[in-house]
Amino acid sequence: MMSFLSYFISGVSLGSVYAIIALGYTMVYGIARMLNFAHGDIIMIGGFAIFTAVTTMGLPPLAGILIGVVVCTVLGVTIERVAYRPLREASSLAVLITAIGISYLLQNVALLIFGSNSHQFTSVVNLPNLVLADGRLNISSTTIVTILSCIVIMIALTTFINRTRTGQAMLAVSEDRGAASLMGIDVNKTIAVTFAIGSALAAIAGALLCSAYPSLTPYTGSMPGIKAFTAAVFGGIGSIPGALLGGIILGVIENLSKAYISSQLSDAIVFAVLIVVLLVRPTGILGRQINEKV
Amino acid sequence: MATSEVKNTPMLEVKNLSISFGGLKAVDSFNVVIEKGQLYGLIGPNGAGKTTVFNLLTGVYKPNTGTILLDGENITGRKTIEINQDGIARTFQNIRLFKELSVLDNVKTALHNHHRYSTLEGILRLPKFYKVEKEMDARALELLKVFDLDQQWNYKASNLPYGKQRKLEIARALATDPKLLLLDEPAAGMNPNETAELMETIRFVRDEFDMTILLIEHDMKLVSGICEKLTVLNFGQVLTQGDTSDVLNDKRVITAYLGE
Amino acid sequence: MDAKRIRIQNGITYGMVIAFWAVIQIMDKTGNLSSLLKGLLVPLCMYAILAVSLNLTVGILGELSLGHAGFMCLGAFSGAFFTNCMETAMPSVGLRFFLALILGAAVAGVFGLLIGIPVLRLKGDYLAIVTLAFGEIIKNLINVMYIGRDASGFHFSNKDALSMGMDETGVVIVKGAQGITGTPRAATFTIGILLLLLTLFIVLNLMHSRTGRAIMSIRDNRIAAESIGINITKYKLMAFSVSAALAGMAGVLYAHSLSTLQATSNNFGYNKSILILVFVVLGGLGNMRGSIIAAVVLTALPEMLRGLNDYRMLIYAVVLIIMTIFNSSPKAIEMRSVVMDKIRHRKTAGKEAA
Repeated sequence: MMSFLSYFISGVSLGSVYAIIALGYTMVYGIARMLNFAHGDIIMIGGFAIFTAVTTMGLPPLAGILIGVVVCTVLGVTIERVAYRPLREASSLAVLITAIGISYLLQNVALLIFGSNSHQFTSVVNLPNLVLADGRLNISSTTIVTILSCIVIMIALTTFINRTRTGQAMLAVSEDRGAASLMGIDVNKTIAVTFAIGSALAAIAGALLCSAYPSLTPYTGSMPGIKAFTAAVFGGIGSIPGALLGGIILGVIENLSKAYISSQLSDAIVFAVLIVVLLVRPTGILGRQINEKV
Repeated sequence: MATSEVKNTPMLEVKNLSISFGGLKAVDSFNVVIEKGQLYGLIGPNGAGKTTVFNLLTGVYKPNTGTILLDGENITGRKTIEINQDGIARTFQNIRLFKELSVLDNVKTALHNHHRYSTLEGILRLPKFYKVEKEMDARALELLKVFDLDQQWNYKASNLPYGKQRKLEIARALATDPKLLLLDEPAAGMNPNETAELMETIRFVRDEFDMTILLIEHDMKLVSGICEKLTVLNFGQVLTQGDTSDVLNDKRVITAYLGE
Repeated sequence: MDAKRIRIQNGITYGMVIAFWAVIQIMDKTGNLSSLLKGLLVPLCMYAILAVSLNLTVGILGELSLGHAGFMCLGAFSGAFFTNCMETAMPSVGLRFFLALILGAAVAGVFGLLIGIPVLRLKGDYLAIVTLAFGEIIKNLINVMYIGRDASGFHFSNKDALSMGMDETGVVIVKGAQGITGTPRAATFTIGILLLLLTLFIVLNLMHSRTGRAIMSIRDNRIAAESIGINITKYKLMAFSVSAALAGMAGVLYAHSLSTLQATSNNFGYNKSILILVFVVLGGLGNMRGSIIAAVVLTALPEMLRGLNDYRMLIYAVVLIIMTIFNSSPKAIEMRSVVMDKIRHRKTAGKEAA
């Protein structure tokens, strides 16, 4: 029972990381209608930025995270400006291919700078572990910090979107880009802000992910990126609560199947659950049903 | 042909047709009888439920109540593709052409169920492929000629001017060899000259193809010019129906259009 | 009507492939073929087949699939399995390879149909992620699969070779993550080219036929297609499973060009599906000749850039981004198609006048 609880909690923690990454996917998808395939690689860049700041330069972890956030935000906004904006009116497939190109680019830049060997990431959390039930349940501090961060981010983001003008503008653009721009909303600026927020979150996700799984390579971001995207679709892409729900469910399923079924098949199980959910609810758990008007 | 028999079975007979969306009755107890060869108009203010009637007739929506008889055959609840094969073809208010296909191929696609060869015959380019394709080309060009589109057969459909796109949609619908043709605002976006020309074409289609036509239209000139009978819809219900001149002089119709 | 123009266009495509074959043959005979290029020949054919077949799904049917590598994987493993199983029963390698190609295509095609039935109801990005998921599932399942054979027949396990409980005559054919070893390397460049020509023949003729028009009408406007009596499900499934079958055939070709076949992420992961999609999009949706050119250039490019070592993939990425932005600017596309129509119209008008 205790071991189940421990797997479950670390699943929630992994799911929290997925949820934070999924937020980036879901917001960008909701507002720019594009699948930002390079999002996973922004996480990796964030990881390397923090690694350089903390491990190589010896800065305190919080400063490292701050640097990571700045690097990723600038990167995200630049990518949007240079590569995605010229294709705003192009087919979604062309945008997807460009995003794939960006993904290759980021991976290969990292490969040139840091090489293909794995780097040992020092956890940004150095607090004692939480020991419960007479030592039968040992929860790592990273796990707790991850879950707490996810909760804080969710609350902050929801408040931001519902309470600020920029947030309302984001909602308006996601609802109807044309109408929003007629109402005087600067669509380009709103999309840029969305990328900034998504990329900043990716840096935080990178810090948390690498603290839990400390080996860092140029390819660290791609699989978690895909899974987080899966989580976003699972929860209903475009929906912020959906990203949270999808992320947590996915993390828990992945961890439990690793523990009880097969570590080799855990990914297959995660994907199988996604397929079943989409077949029952074609737009995800919390996604809105869209009917084409005839 | 015995005229009495033609009179006996109407081409379309709709009884008590209703559908609601989330509690709102979009179409409520709709009735209509359209005789063979008639040019029939369905008019009414915006949002009256005219296009919904078309969507019910073509199986896009399933009615909550009511029956639809096409040439005496009950087609209520059938799927869109079955209804097309039963003999109803339509055009759309917002033009829905196969944009990337050529003008000719738009019509040839609609000949799909009348000129057949198997996929394998197509891949292996067996003699039947060439024979049927030739028939299709001839038939498609014949239809395009009616709408004066034959010169532009190799244009990409989306590159046609607007008025011609509307005509191509009618040609495509005719290619499925229907008994009843539904036209959803065929004159929308056309200038008076184009509209006048379109009226001629619609009349020609009716005479030449022995077609029964039901059309939705806002252009009263077109409606009074070619429709023999009218049904007026308002808030999903039939306000009045009958001969065109009677209906258009009905005070209630004028009120419905202009408001109280 | 359009038949002549289509025949010329298709002729150019076939001619291009045959010319490529001839040039390579001449280079080989005259000793001008580097070993690097030699090693690339079969993969080039494979990628071209994969790109053309994926273009059927993405360009002609208009559905985004990110699971093409999964179908290739199914074909590769069923084909290699067959060739290895039949070693004693059928001594001729050529015959076994030939039958393996058919079997691999059939297996992938059937899976395409089975997967297509539920998933083709989904649209756009949802379909993309589900096909990606299926590709990953197929790869993962094959990775834990053990199949062996002894005197009493076939044995399966999803744990390890021992738990199949075979007697001493037992031979393990599929060894989980270690895959299948010892497949005869029967794939040659000429066979690859023949398979590519076959793929082109099927896809091009399908496109320009009654079936192809039905498929493209679904892509352009599903609701209108239904309204003229096109059976949406039937034609979607047909396009999807033909595309899968051809990918399976490419997989068999691949399996017979390696002595060890493993279902790694590198070979059959979603990244491979994405790579093929890149060929399709850069070559042009619905443009089969473009797919082949893109597949050949983009496969050969990184290899040719080997001199630049670490920078080659970087250059590749930059080229990819710039090409896409350049290619897909909506204004450029519009201008091109209007100009093309004008030219064509002038030609017809000229003929009529004469």
